[in-house]
Amino acid sequence: MTIHIINAPFEPWQEVANYQQAYLGQMGRFGATACFVGTMRDFNEGENVQAMELEHYPDMTEKYLGKLTEEARRQWPILDSLIIHRYGHLQPNEPIVLVAVWSAHRAAAFKACYYLVEELKASAPFWKKETLATGTRWVESNTSS
Amino acid sequence: MAITVKFFASLRERLGCTERQIDFSEPITVAEVWTLVGSGQPISENVLIAVNMEYADAETVVRDGDEVAFFPPVTGGGRL
Repeated sequence: MTIHIINAPFEPWQEVANYQQAYLGQMGRFGATACFVGTMRDFNEGENVQAMELEHYPDMTEKYLGKLTEEARRQWPILDSLIIHRYGHLQPNEPIVLVAVWSAHRAAAFKACYYLVEELKASAPFWKKETLATGTRWVESNTSS
Repeated sequence: MAITVKFFASLRERLGCTERQIDFSEPITVAEVWTLVGSGQPISENVLIAVNMEYADAETVVRDGDEVAFFPPVTGGGRL
C-alpha cells in the first residue's frame, strides 16, 4: 500500500508496471488490476485553461489518503494499492493522479478503486489555481464528475 | 500555551498569511482561534477546518502544541 505525493511529471502506466513487478510480480495471487488516471484538461467552465497550480496540505494529504486506504482494505479483500498524486505546476494533458488496486477478483478491485478515487477527489486537501488567457483563478466550487 | 495556525489556497492569499503562532492561557475552541486570526469576522461555512491534520469543526477544543488549519473547499470534484 503506497502513496506518493510528487512535484514532477510521471508516467502512470510505467508506474503501474514497475510497482507490479517490484511488489506483486512473483505472487501470482492477483487476478484483477483496476486503474484510474486523472489527466489535466485544457478547458473548464467554458474557458481555455493554459496551466494549473495544484496546492495541497503536506502531511495531511498523506495522512488522509492513508486513512482512505485503510478503509478500502477493511471493506474489500484487496492485495495492494498505489496512489500517486501531483502537486505544483501542471500543463494540460499531464497526468494528475493515479489510483491502482490489485485484488484476486475484479469486484473488489473495481469497487476499492472507485471508492479511493471518489473519496480522494471529494475530500483530500488539494486546491486548483487555473491560468487562463485573462489571468488566474482559484477553482472554488466542486465540479461534478 | 501555543499553537500553529496554517492557511491554504485562496484563504491564504486573501489573508496574506501562510502560518502564524498564537499564544493563549487556557484551552480554546477553533472558533475562538479564528476570531484571533481572522480579523474578528465569524467563521464562514465555506471555511474548512483541520486540527492536527484531521477534519474538525468550529467547536473542537485546541490545546498546547496543536496545529490548526483553515482552508477553502477542496477542488477535486463532487461525488458522482
